[in-house]
Amino acid sequence: MNQRTTPYTAGLKRGWLDFKHTMSSPSDLFGFIFPTGIAIVVILFLRNVDIPGSPVSLGSMSLPSMMGMNVMFGGMMGVIGKIVSEREDGTLLRNKAIPGGMTGYLIGSIVSTAAFVMFGVVVLLTMGLLFFPGVSFSGPGQWLTLLLVVVVGLFATMPIGAALGSLFTNPRMLGFVMMPIMALTAISGIFYPITALPPWLQWIGQAFPMYWMGLGMRSALLPASAVHVEIGASWRPLETFGVLALWAILGLVLAPALLRRMARRESGSAVAERQERAMQNVR
Amino acid sequence: MSDTVRSDRAAPAADSPVISVSDLRMRYGTKDVLTGVDFTANAGEVLALLGPNGAGKTTTIEILEGFRMRSDGDVSVLGIDPAHGKEEWRSRLGVVLQSWRDHGKWRVRELLEHLGTYYRPYSTDRTTRPWDPDDLVRTVGLTEQADKKIMTLSGGQRRRLDVAVGIVGRPELLFLDEPTVGFDPHARRDFHDLIHRLSDLDNTTILLTTHDLDEAEKLADRIVILAGGHIIADGSADYLARKMSTEAEVKWSRDGEFFVHSTTDATSFVRKLFADHGEDVENLEVRRASLEETYIAMVQQFESGQGGTAIRQFQEAQQ
Repeated sequence: MNQRTTPYTAGLKRGWLDFKHTMSSPSDLFGFIFPTGIAIVVILFLRNVDIPGSPVSLGSMSLPSMMGMNVMFGGMMGVIGKIVSEREDGTLLRNKAIPGGMTGYLIGSIVSTAAFVMFGVVVLLTMGLLFFPGVSFSGPGQWLTLLLVVVVGLFATMPIGAALGSLFTNPRMLGFVMMPIMALTAISGIFYPITALPPWLQWIGQAFPMYWMGLGMRSALLPASAVHVEIGASWRPLETFGVLALWAILGLVLAPALLRRMARRESGSAVAERQERAMQNVR
Repeated sequence: MSDTVRSDRAAPAADSPVISVSDLRMRYGTKDVLTGVDFTANAGEVLALLGPNGAGKTTTIEILEGFRMRSDGDVSVLGIDPAHGKEEWRSRLGVVLQSWRDHGKWRVRELLEHLGTYYRPYSTDRTTRPWDPDDLVRTVGLTEQADKKIMTLSGGQRRRLDVAVGIVGRPELLFLDEPTVGFDPHARRDFHDLIHRLSDLDNTTILLTTHDLDEAEKLADRIVILAGGHIIADGSADYLARKMSTEAEVKWSRDGEFFVHSTTDATSFVRKLFADHGEDVENLEVRRASLEETYIAMVQQFESGQGGTAIRQFQEAQQ
């Protein structure tokens, strides 16, 4: 227990408590279970739809893809939503008033968001292993791939989320991020192989982490012959980790400065002003 | 270790002020909010920063808390410029924020215990940090709510939790910005009791802002009045009352007839009254204009946009 390490250990504790609160909050769980549940039901019906050239059904292809999408969504939107809403409700300022509180807050947010993403991965993985033929691990290397994709995926999405979140002063601006991400889902080969799209759309899709996360998950969970419907008939592991690493570096370069700027500007009157504005919008 | 020893309350800080502000200026764009604020607060003192809404109280307190950068002037809080205050400095401060909706899913005791852990490395032989969560919950009167979710607390309970969060690190200096806004009279009295207990208990220096003179009189050892961007009065409530109530109203009756007279020298007026009429004078009453009357008149004029005149009158009255 010294002055330098305490904010980190306290932050880890904070993340754990935060995660526990989320897991015991019906509204937070519903926000995950409802859309995920619908998606699972839909792809359950796709188990009988074949993809030409692939040994697995469209449903079984979509499940690992959805796990990738979940990491992207949960990692990026999770952090953005957390920062924006906790800035508005005063959580951030409360922590700023405490020695080492901002560090602890940041660590806590990362830990709780990552834990919630992992929870989503476990839920989807269990569903996949139980109900989707073809979704399985063919060896320990596949387990390792899955773990790596999740970890690198979190690094590729959470810092970018923190950078974006620190730019927004208003929770209603979240829609501006939500819409493009929804659109991105459509061109990232999540619910159908990306090779069915025109090449220029394929290029846009491949510029963002979501496609690569889906690809990485498929490479971990689908039989080797499912690779034939992918671009170049390859799982492209080097490209996958390369692109994800680039996004991670971009986020890690941008986030600290933007977060510091945001924290510096936080004060009681700033929170009051935002809340007043929010009230006016409600009326 | 040398850091923490230096920070201790027993340090030579006893005779140097805990807060010292000199010629503090703040400008937003082209608008001057503070035009040269000067005041000090001594160890163990409860100081009220009083002023009408929009006088710059919140700006001042946020500069002292290190949450806002000033435009100009010298500020020292616990011997350190808040603009460069490090975490060690922050560990000696307590800030009672307005009631937000934060940490709604956390339980009362759980949050206090968690926030307390950040203060543990700043504990010293003299000041054990943090405050024990059970003891703290009892001190602010939330024992029954200790394991309730914060979002289920009433407004008054939530406010007491805000104070608990502010003092969990056993601060040497506590800031409270408009602590009782929106309180009913009962909740307000409870809150005042709590503040009194705090200042008695630990000899904590307290700076609070309020626009309510009554509250300032009840809580503070000393009142500093901020209006028009600078300090226009500084002293105990008694001192300010004596200084500012120059006019007194003398009422009496003679032969069943009632008289009223305003004077700046009530004593000689009454002496002359008795000399002239002796035992005929009955029902004598001498009443000085109270601090409150003078202050309310100033606030009313300030809020109707004639603040300049009011402040001048206020200052003249003091001389």
